[in-house]
Amino acid sequence: MKGSEVVRMVPDKNGQANEGHSCVKGRFAWGYATHKDRILKPMIRGKITDPWKEVSWDEALDYAAAEFRRIQKKYGRDSIGGIVSSRCTNEEGYLVQKLVRTAFGNNNVDTCARVCHSPTGYGLKQTLGESAGTQTFKSVEHSDVIMVIGANPTDAHPVFASRMKKRLLNGAKLIVIDPRHIDLVRSPHVRADFHLPLKPGTNVAMLSSIAHVIVTEGLLATDFIAQRCEDKAFQQWRDFVALPENSPEAMQEITGVPAELVRGAARLYATGGNAAIYYGLGVTEHAQGSTAVMGIANLAMATGNIGREGVGVNPLRGQNNVQGSCDIGSFPHELPGYRHVSDSTTRHLFEQAWGVEIQPEPGLRIPNMFDAALDGSFMGMYCQGEDIVQSDPNTQHVTAALSAMECIVVQDIFMNETAMYAHVFLPGSSFLEKDGTFTNAERRISRVRKVMPPKAVYADWEVTVLLAQRMGYTMDYAHPSEIMDEIARLTPTFHGVSYEKLDQLGSIQWPCNDEAPLGTPTMHIDHFVRGKGKFIITKYVATDEKVTRKFPLILTTGRILSQYNVGAQTRRTENVQWHQQDILEIHPHDAEERGIRDGGWVGIHSRSGETVLRAKVSERMQPGVVYTTFHFPESGANVITTENSDWATNCPEYKVTAVQVMPVLESSDWQKKYTRFSKVQDDLLKNAGEGTGNKTPDIKIKAVAKSIA
Amino acid sequence: MSIKIFVPGDSAALALGADALAKNILAEAARRNMAVELVRNGSRGMLWLEPLVEVQTARGRVAFGPVSAEDVGALFDANFQNGGKHALNLGLTEELAYLKKQERLTFARVGITDPLSLEDYLAHDGFQGLRKALTMQPAAIVQQVTDSGLRGRGGAAFPTGIKWKTVLNTAAAQKYIVCNADEGDSGTFADRMLMEGDPFVLIEGMTIAALAVGATQGYIYVRSEYPHSITILNEAIAAARKAGYLGPNILNSGNSFELEVRKGAGAYVCGEETSLLESLEGKRGIVRAKPPLPAIAGLFGKPTVINNVISLASVPIILDRGAAFYKDYGMGRSHGTLPFQLAGNIKQGGLIEKAFGVTLRELMYDFGGGSASGRPIKAVQVGGPLGAYLPESQWDTPLDYEAYTALWAVLGHGGIVVHDDSADLAKLARYAMKFCAIESCGKCTPCRIGATRGVEVMDKIIAGQDTEAQVELLRDLCDTMLNGSMCAMGGMTPYPVLSALNHFPRDFVKKIPV
Amino acid sequence: MLEQLNEKDFGTPRRIAEQEVTLEIDGMQVTVAAGTSIMRAAAESGVNVPKLCATDSLEPFGSCRLCLVEIEGRKGYPASCTTQVERGMKVRTQTPKLQALRKGVMELYISDHPLDCLTCAANGNCELQDMAGVTGLREVRYGYEGENHIHSQKDESNPYFTYDPSKCIVCNRCVRACEETQGTYALTISGRGFESRVSPGQDQPFMDSECVSCGACVQACPTATLQEKTVIELGQAEHSVVTTCAY
Repeated sequence: MKGSEVVRMVPDKNGQANEGHSCVKGRFAWGYATHKDRILKPMIRGKITDPWKEVSWDEALDYAAAEFRRIQKKYGRDSIGGIVSSRCTNEEGYLVQKLVRTAFGNNNVDTCARVCHSPTGYGLKQTLGESAGTQTFKSVEHSDVIMVIGANPTDAHPVFASRMKKRLLNGAKLIVIDPRHIDLVRSPHVRADFHLPLKPGTNVAMLSSIAHVIVTEGLLATDFIAQRCEDKAFQQWRDFVALPENSPEAMQEITGVPAELVRGAARLYATGGNAAIYYGLGVTEHAQGSTAVMGIANLAMATGNIGREGVGVNPLRGQNNVQGSCDIGSFPHELPGYRHVSDSTTRHLFEQAWGVEIQPEPGLRIPNMFDAALDGSFMGMYCQGEDIVQSDPNTQHVTAALSAMECIVVQDIFMNETAMYAHVFLPGSSFLEKDGTFTNAERRISRVRKVMPPKAVYADWEVTVLLAQRMGYTMDYAHPSEIMDEIARLTPTFHGVSYEKLDQLGSIQWPCNDEAPLGTPTMHIDHFVRGKGKFIITKYVATDEKVTRKFPLILTTGRILSQYNVGAQTRRTENVQWHQQDILEIHPHDAEERGIRDGGWVGIHSRSGETVLRAKVSERMQPGVVYTTFHFPESGANVITTENSDWATNCPEYKVTAVQVMPVLESSDWQKKYTRFSKVQDDLLKNAGEGTGNKTPDIKIKAVAKSIA
Repeated sequence: MSIKIFVPGDSAALALGADALAKNILAEAARRNMAVELVRNGSRGMLWLEPLVEVQTARGRVAFGPVSAEDVGALFDANFQNGGKHALNLGLTEELAYLKKQERLTFARVGITDPLSLEDYLAHDGFQGLRKALTMQPAAIVQQVTDSGLRGRGGAAFPTGIKWKTVLNTAAAQKYIVCNADEGDSGTFADRMLMEGDPFVLIEGMTIAALAVGATQGYIYVRSEYPHSITILNEAIAAARKAGYLGPNILNSGNSFELEVRKGAGAYVCGEETSLLESLEGKRGIVRAKPPLPAIAGLFGKPTVINNVISLASVPIILDRGAAFYKDYGMGRSHGTLPFQLAGNIKQGGLIEKAFGVTLRELMYDFGGGSASGRPIKAVQVGGPLGAYLPESQWDTPLDYEAYTALWAVLGHGGIVVHDDSADLAKLARYAMKFCAIESCGKCTPCRIGATRGVEVMDKIIAGQDTEAQVELLRDLCDTMLNGSMCAMGGMTPYPVLSALNHFPRDFVKKIPV
Repeated sequence: MLEQLNEKDFGTPRRIAEQEVTLEIDGMQVTVAAGTSIMRAAAESGVNVPKLCATDSLEPFGSCRLCLVEIEGRKGYPASCTTQVERGMKVRTQTPKLQALRKGVMELYISDHPLDCLTCAANGNCELQDMAGVTGLREVRYGYEGENHIHSQKDESNPYFTYDPSKCIVCNRCVRACEETQGTYALTISGRGFESRVSPGQDQPFMDSECVSCGACVQACPTATLQEKTVIELGQAEHSVVTTCAY
């Protein structure tokens, strides 16, 4: 730092999560924080077709509060809700859910983890008893076999990927279960011992057939199971997976993977020493996402690969604070620490602390909010730091729902896609402008420290406090540390957490309490959090999203190294030099059949919609599967994805959409509409205030121009 | 009965037209309707006589040389096939003084046998060492080698037995035997002559090494400049494997050893063992820091025996005849024999395998016959391009590792390059720096930058610029390179430079006044 | 939380071993985990052996030859980074001979390095500059008219950092960081001997190579050879704060 100016960012050698390493985003792509696109003044407007008007903080907050109250009066208490961001701090997330459960008086709070790792929370809670990964990242140094399922660490989790590669270079074996030929399958000095290129949507079939091999070939960790797991559930599960229908030979037709490969991988996982599973959104974002997570937990229990270093079940998270945002009660059915709202003891605890009555029924999930908006029963939303329009599936459905609402309050550092449908815009603060904590996939709570004053006066947590106040509920915090103190007081797994201790230890892995005052690097060591581990039967059910003659290809989506999620940050950095637009990867065979050439425009149709991207002909794909990223709004990747979702958690089925791909000459109708709408919104913003520097992102406009050219 | 004629297939003979010669002999024999059995043997090592043709007679093998393709008709006319009289007839090969005075242990078969004939090899005591080794415990094999006093013939003279013992005692799932055949020293050719003249002895030596330390895979790293060696080794390996001397079950003993030839990429520094291992792993040939020793973490990080061709090829006779037999040769702590290679300005260049203790003067005059130019010999570089230049006062010192160390010189790989009195030692010192600059791997600073600066300093000295200060700088630079370099490349370049400066100071003073 | 700008660099990575080894360094008794380098053992007890190619995030390499020490009963001058401690070892890190050797090495380094310290982006945060100071280098007797790399072309293709081969000391820290820290193997040294220079891929610009721009090489570089463009523009930082990445 030079005063309050950032000179450079370097990874901390003592950083316990990264141990002195970073990726291009953290190391270099921080310029967005001071980008000229930052909106620094609050703005309001009556309708989304009205121009924005810059106003004072007081006016904006008063307006938002009044609108919410008006809506609740007209449509009922449950007609408004809030959305917690996985990019904001734990303290900020906690305050948003608290605002909803106190000032709003309902449980209509949800988080973007809904659309990524909600099945992890559910699946691991059911089987192991805690909604989190079991290890530290460092644990991989002790693994002998690493199984990567539905994750592409070198692109999406590059720092961890480097540590994994280090271990692989030193001799660990690697199993990759992924439809695509991801880099880990073969990169310099690293090669997967087994790559099982399954068809998208068949994870559960694959996991059951691996379990079948372990059970029928006598590879079970019988002592571990006898001591640590529920016997009856185990026996039922064992009998189920042993059925011939679950054999790799029987499943071969479904997964498309030769049975011998599956058997080899299963044997290696079960007998190769310490075996660890790392999985990503390729497991969760499916109609059977939760089932697959449970299938993974079953494998770990069946082989005794849990409860020590080098093993475990390890979700690779979608954003910096997905774990944290889930931990602090951002789901409609759970209070902080994953405790159900119907549990009166927990509810009572919070009612006492917060001085309000908490509703015992779960509130609306994000997709339910959209449905309710279209029904006319959900009319107001406070959305902090999340771009639901770009990130949620079936964009047309989302925008229709938002257009139907009467007051949307967006709090963000940029005029994002959702903000174009908003009535109140509250300027947010970047991570450089506030204190707080983030919790990563290894349950590690780390401090975020303020290095410059908030550019728009208030840190995000302060804005929530002010909004609560305007709605008649007083939140009294002098510093985010006091918010953490409150979380610690009310949440058993956080009892021992404080800023003071974080400063001392550098970071803490929860649970941190009297039993584990220094935190818990490895979970489930002597017993499972739920007592005995529970095997759960994972019957494969094919998704409704089936390929047909009309939609013969499967589209699966993901991300690349240089861009982050919806790209709001990374698109505003030089990282665009590596990735200027989303492209559609397609196997040469499929391309040839359709007359698609490398770099040509292709139209992608699904049941939901249509968009146009440039094609990249690539043998990374298997025939029948196409792939794209969702980093640019005009790409409309989520115009195509459907509202199909996980049966247990509603996590969208981003990874399987039946599509047809054809060469085209111009952008899709949706893209044309989008371009017109963005242009209008741009103009509405331009007149908001003079000399404020408010301007829509020019990078985005450039990219739009390109896609039409 | 057909007549047996030997025409060497060794590269030195080939370079002098041995192939055309062999062709002519066959054609001439056919023309004369004579049954001829032509054997492409290795070289006898008398290079000034190459191509050296031998014929098998009742009295023994009679030598003719040097023979050109044009001589063939006249030779037949002179009944050479029966040892007839001819100007090129040198008499019985065994009686040639150059050979007779030698003590050929490692090179016992070279030039005598058909290099690729297993029968020939077996008929000349081949695989006797291996057969003995197969009856012994690994530690006992290592003990034999230790007791023989064999030291690394690549140049470093490290006791081979100790190296093997370290590998034997390092537990690992995989161990390797690597043969360093990246023979790059100027004036040396012993490795090549052996590989081309008796490849089975190297294979046998490596197999014994494998049995001794528990290795199952071996590599011979041959410099790319030795294409004939590579061809012959590959053929010999295939033949040995087919006959069960290599492969998954050596002579039905249950022991496995596989051998592969790998071609170097033309870097002198890859003769340094750690760079060689890097190169063998497919990486750039740069030096590794030691420790860890290759014996503990060598090829692909596994315990590795890495020995020179001559070291490994000396092992079979040690096992066959016993440690004491071998140890008896030599003097002091230098046991056995060393194949000296006489080159440069010398009348009779070639390979002379002698027990340690012989002197330079004996080699240069008794064997070499003095300089080729006829002028007085001025300086001799022993031990390759990084060896010291020896003035006449040192020529009577016995060739022995310790005696040479005391002279601040090295025996190295046994290369001897002779210069007559027309040599300018300042230019040779500059060349030593230039050689280092060209061949430095570039890893460590003293060698990477030092050698280049050394050339520049030498240029100033040769040009007579500020000589005194530049000589002082040269000495400082040599000190930095000698004590600071990672390996012998930079660390030994001061040997030729400083020996030239110390023994021939007059060459460093500018002769022409400014 | 304000911290020192540069954390202490122990030269070689920490070793974890149950066994401990006690040795003597410059007359002090020092006890460290078995497998620790002499360099690290010295650094942990407050003795900083000069170094350039060693850094504690990378395995020792032994190329710069500044960290040479004397060990009683052992010939020559072993590098303290690649030599592990042994029980009862007696090590000297500062003797007139070692000083002369280090100065000799430094003199060679500087004979092929631009003399633009005052206007260099790494000024004040350059290990080469520090070592020139530590070794007491006062003159470069080779002069500057010899072969050198001073006019090498800068590679500015990466949006975030520049590569200036003229300042490269071929310590391989970037190459090793790319291999050991990042695992991408995008960098190598091309050419040999004096021609050796860091090269992304086969003498490609950074942006055309396999480089994933993680910055590990820039972090590892002890000079201004690989330098963040923000530092070139703004100058060195004056304080630092530890926070958590928002990605």
